[in-house]
Amino acid sequence: MKVILDAKQIEAALSDLADRIARQISENVDIAVIGIRSRGEILANRLSEKLSNKLGKTVPCGTLDITLYRDDLNNPQSDTQPTVRSTVISFDINEKIIILVDDVLHTGRSTRAAMDALVDFGRPKAIRLAVLVDRGRREFPIQADYIGCKVDIGPGQTVEVNLVDTDDKDQVIIK
Amino acid sequence: MARKTDKKFRWRLKHLLGLRELDRKEIEFILDTAKAFEQVGRRPIKKTPPLRGRVVANMFFEDSTRTRNSFALAAGRLSADVIEFTKKSSSVSKGETLLDTARNLEAMGVDIVVVRHGAGGAPKFLSRNINACVVNAGDGYNEHPTQALLDVYTIRQMRGSLDGLKIGIVGDIAHSRVARSGIWAMSKLGAEVTLIGPPTLMPAQAHLLPVKISYSLDEVLEQLDVINMLRIQFERLGKNPFPSVREYSHFFGLTVERMKRAKPDIIVMHPGPINRGLELESEVADGPNSVILKQVANGLPVRMAVLFLVNQAAAAESKSK
Repeated sequence: MKVILDAKQIEAALSDLADRIARQISENVDIAVIGIRSRGEILANRLSEKLSNKLGKTVPCGTLDITLYRDDLNNPQSDTQPTVRSTVISFDINEKIIILVDDVLHTGRSTRAAMDALVDFGRPKAIRLAVLVDRGRREFPIQADYIGCKVDIGPGQTVEVNLVDTDDKDQVIIK
Repeated sequence: MARKTDKKFRWRLKHLLGLRELDRKEIEFILDTAKAFEQVGRRPIKKTPPLRGRVVANMFFEDSTRTRNSFALAAGRLSADVIEFTKKSSSVSKGETLLDTARNLEAMGVDIVVVRHGAGGAPKFLSRNINACVVNAGDGYNEHPTQALLDVYTIRQMRGSLDGLKIGIVGDIAHSRVARSGIWAMSKLGAEVTLIGPPTLMPAQAHLLPVKISYSLDEVLEQLDVINMLRIQFERLGKNPFPSVREYSHFFGLTVERMKRAKPDIIVMHPGPINRGLELESEVADGPNSVILKQVANGLPVRMAVLFLVNQAAAAESKSK
């Protein structure tokens, strides 16, 4: 096990993401942050708070559960029970720029599922992808717009994002 | 906030035949899954993809409006194709047996059979003889699991939990599959269930069920947190179960007068269709304590959850073969 980001570095990476997003968004455009359950949800909350401070207005935050849109739902790849949880988007996504947030970008399959789920809620002006870690080895033609940290690791290894809300402390590790 | 997943739990049932054989954890898993489906009905596009390419057959050998439409809509919102099958417009009227009918539907590629039948045990019989998933939509006097699930879902929505709640089920218990499934679901979730009705409408083996029994609504009404008024099923009643409809209504009908003695926040339920003025006075059915239309609305996410889960179990099973 190797720690690649500690709590301070995660905090710095999120601030940096917020900086870059804020710089590229013109003032008269509405933005909103939507996190993919479950770690993306927590990161999205933190990111929307930072963005709200930087932009001086409330940036709404939602949570997306992609279970129903997964491409392996009827062809289960793992033994764990797929559990459907609530999607909570309490604002209109039409004409907004949506910052989609996930903890790790790997195959790109989750992102595909998330985009399909999102368009069932309306027609956003644009969807941008922000991830804390990009671990490469894509299977779908999908790239992130905002990346906190890039690592290239072998197929036998996994990246794990731990967050204090669910795992006692903030850190990103390679196993 | 993110909930921690129980990694050991796995939904394994590809049929939902009744609630008697389910444990608390399985019932709660259905309800939690239904909760997640609730928001699908509030989205601009009320459709999700998990049953894409699957076929659901609605086989109803008895009349139904709520349950049949609710299952059809639930299947549609999961992107399944639905075959509607009713006794009157099918070859059953030409003498085709239940099994032959089901096998023929299966030959058309049906993945899930939703069945309502006058004979108790018909869904179980089907599940043993065909490969498709079987969901019981009411069988004889046996069970009506999705109705009881939407009932407990509604109670949970109102009160958070069923633990310690006193629930009365009133009326024709003997002929009620809603009562039978309700007893299992409610007692497994921690409620105290009392069956209320005249002795002639109590099941012969009532004392074997996890319930209390009362022959007087007035004696227990004041203690109840929830009251589930069953429909008097004239089509199932034998000769003279009670001297007159008026007398039944006098002793067991929920009237405005009786409501004055009940807890102010008592939850009034009815599985529909209502015999207005008989088991339930109109003012009560449409009053502030009534959750009858909420029950109907909740049938949708509950049935989506059931169809989704049995299909998941079937997918896992075919994978392991």
